Amino acid sequence: MSSVAIGNKKGFGATLWDYLTTVDHKKLGNMYFFAGLLFFAIAGFEALLMRIQLMVPNNDFVSAGLFNELLTMHGTTMLFLAATPLLFGFMNAVVPLQIGARDVAFPFLNSLGFWLFFLGAVFLHLSFFMGGAPDAGWTSYASLSLYSPGHGIDFYVLGLQISGAGTLISGINFIVTIITMRAPGMTFMRMPLFTWTSLLSSALILFAFPPLTVGLFFMLVDRMFGANFFDHTMGGNTIIWEHLFWIFGHPEVYILVLPAFGLFSEIIPVFARKRLFGYSSMVFATILIGFLGFMVWAHHMFTTGLGPTANAIFAVATMAIGVPTGMKVFNWILTIWGGSVKVTVPMIYALGFIPSFVAGGVTGVMQATAPLDYQLHDSYFIVAHFHYVIVGGIVTAIFGATHFYWPIMFNRALNEKLGFVVFWIFFIGFHLTFFIQHFLGLMGMPRRVFTYQADQGWDLFNFISSIGAIMMGIGVLLLVINMLLSIKSKPLNTRDYWKDGRSLEWAIQTPVPFYNFKQTPLVRGYDPYWIEKQEGNKEGMTYAEPLGDIHMPNGSILPLIMSIGMFIAAFGALHHPDDVSWSVPVIIIGLGITVACMLTRSFKDDLGFHVHKEEVIAMEESLYGKGGNK
Amino acid sequence: MDLNTKFTPQSWPDHAEQATMEGKNKFVGIWIFICSDIVLFASVFATYLSLKDKGPAGMDITAAELLGLPLAFVMTMLLLTSSLTSVYAMYHMKNYNAKGVIIWMAITVLLGLGFLGLEISEFYEYTVHEGFGFTHSAFSSSFYVLVGTHGLHVVIGLVWITGLIIRNIKRGLNLYTAPKFFAASIYWHFIDVVWVFIFTVVYLMGVLG
Repeated sequence: MSSVAIGNKKGFGATLWDYLTTVDHKKLGNMYFFAGLLFFAIAGFEALLMRIQLMVPNNDFVSAGLFNELLTMHGTTMLFLAATPLLFGFMNAVVPLQIGARDVAFPFLNSLGFWLFFLGAVFLHLSFFMGGAPDAGWTSYASLSLYSPGHGIDFYVLGLQISGAGTLISGINFIVTIITMRAPGMTFMRMPLFTWTSLLSSALILFAFPPLTVGLFFMLVDRMFGANFFDHTMGGNTIIWEHLFWIFGHPEVYILVLPAFGLFSEIIPVFARKRLFGYSSMVFATILIGFLGFMVWAHHMFTTGLGPTANAIFAVATMAIGVPTGMKVFNWILTIWGGSVKVTVPMIYALGFIPSFVAGGVTGVMQATAPLDYQLHDSYFIVAHFHYVIVGGIVTAIFGATHFYWPIMFNRALNEKLGFVVFWIFFIGFHLTFFIQHFLGLMGMPRRVFTYQADQGWDLFNFISSIGAIMMGIGVLLLVINMLLSIKSKPLNTRDYWKDGRSLEWAIQTPVPFYNFKQTPLVRGYDPYWIEKQEGNKEGMTYAEPLGDIHMPNGSILPLIMSIGMFIAAFGALHHPDDVSWSVPVIIIGLGITVACMLTRSFKDDLGFHVHKEEVIAMEESLYGKGGNK
Repeated sequence: MDLNTKFTPQSWPDHAEQATMEGKNKFVGIWIFICSDIVLFASVFATYLSLKDKGPAGMDITAAELLGLPLAFVMTMLLLTSSLTSVYAMYHMKNYNAKGVIIWMAITVLLGLGFLGLEISEFYEYTVHEGFGFTHSAFSSSFYVLVGTHGLHVVIGLVWITGLIIRNIKRGLNLYTAPKFFAASIYWHFIDVVWVFIFTVVYLMGVLG
């Protein structure tokens, strides 16, 4: 394995095999990105169908049953299978470069995490073709889902169980990577903000996903194996599901929004050409948000009847989260303040993000007021609120970062002009869709209804909202076209594409070789690349080691086979309540495949391989011409 | 990493389990994994406590009359002792005594098997003789899932340690195998700690309160 084929065109089969077996964080990052984009498009399409249905009163574009399936799959897909993998894509692509590592701590687990997520997602989407999708909302409250006929909820439970395991594995991997693999000199308080927020987001995954796993497992055995956790006639209690789900569900919001904060904390200093204002308070605020994120889950359950004491405590805790979030907002504004601002596409997403996200935060504090929440609960006000947070906060971050990091990920640039067009169409469409929904909610329109009667004052507002949704759809379509156009554009073969890069990922020449930095860089302060540029270092970085052999991990097909084993077992479990004879054998075969792969992995030594010094030099010359990466 | 490097007890590093980057990653990784497993068990414990003694109208089985302490005491002793023997194994690992590691790990597995056997016989007793099956009531479901999740962890630990013994019985210790033994022993201690909580919450509080 020590010889390295470089620069040669590979056949389709070899390329495919390469991607199925890869453990390279950059390739896995791209795979996460495109898988996330695929599910983002599917879930967006579902949203468009819903908005078309609600465009006019008494519409019969989709049936009530299909509408329930659409709203369930839209929410589930967007949160678990679109936003999470898109952010994991950036984490994979950027974090190891930002900390100057060769790869993540557990490259094998990184690949396993991706394949579990992907096959779990595919399993969930098979429900559309195999007798109906889940239809109890993305929260899937047990009182509804326990009695939902058909296999929809079973697909939800099993699909999320598998993809959730993948997410948990990836989370553990990133925590360990950031703790142990930092380059010399990269102390915790010199870490870029995106690395910090990735660390915190992974820590939230670590503590938030087990309750979901447990809740899903209870639902699984209740529906498929006759257990009685949620069946009140047998002594069960459906409120347990609500607690477990929201102990997971609320931190999940922060799991998604913290990396988004991190991405903007990278984008804004680059284009304001100023050090991030209040770095240590940003770190502190990130940790505080992560901690408080676990203290507030019951604000989703104010109307469940936990009593005034519980409601008051959770209301106050929820309002407290506004403080660290406000710190972050002020720090971003003060970073821009007095900077020499360059308005590029990533920057304009950042500028659009700040007011949109603040609007979502303010309505959040309104709902934290428990008595008011009794009025707002289950109305369109809630829909407007969380879309302001998720689209205004997370999706703008993903789009902005797509433009920002495209040069590092693909050695191409996205078109700036088209980028601005996309931004304005999407941004106006977003506010058109959701701003007006606040008022729909205050006027009493409940969420999750498939139609409504005319002449309640809702007709015009719903129509406007649907127009906005179509604009968002056009915006996303144009963004995809922009990505496709970039394939045709010239390779950049440059470093520091935006000219004002500050952290380590900009110090590396694109295309990034599979071993990342040929010598591990020495970090001499916060914004290490900026420091080197200020001192006129032509080589990019000061290095911590001489050029030598590089140790890299081996690729493996086992993660894919392990995930396929789980995928097969899930089909067995799915059909267990149907009294078919083959369900238990299929479960055993599927799990057997997975366990066999684990044993193979344990019994076969995997020591990785070395890229020799001469091969590194040859590779650098083939990528960057004579003299290599200077 | 070179597997052929020969060590003597003198040249063997103080913290062999963390002497390489991979070892350090494994060491940190198993601790991080245990953090998430703690939350998993916490969720199941909370559910058990809220569903304890709950069942369909007229159910007459309660924890106080179902559960017995003598068997649970023997199981606790077996598992606690197995934790001690895995400490002996790690003591020999630190002193570069491969034979000691294998022997004490094997004893750990035997004690773990004893625990598992008693647990299975306990479950058999409850389901067959007491009519307290998995689908009997909310109480039975939560009892079997809580104790069973721990049992599943024991099974995984046994397969893991047995695999390590079989794989390394001939080749002994080096900087590649030491972290593997160490991670397995940390995991085994964790299982033991969880059992202490199960003994307290399910058995002691079940029988006495």
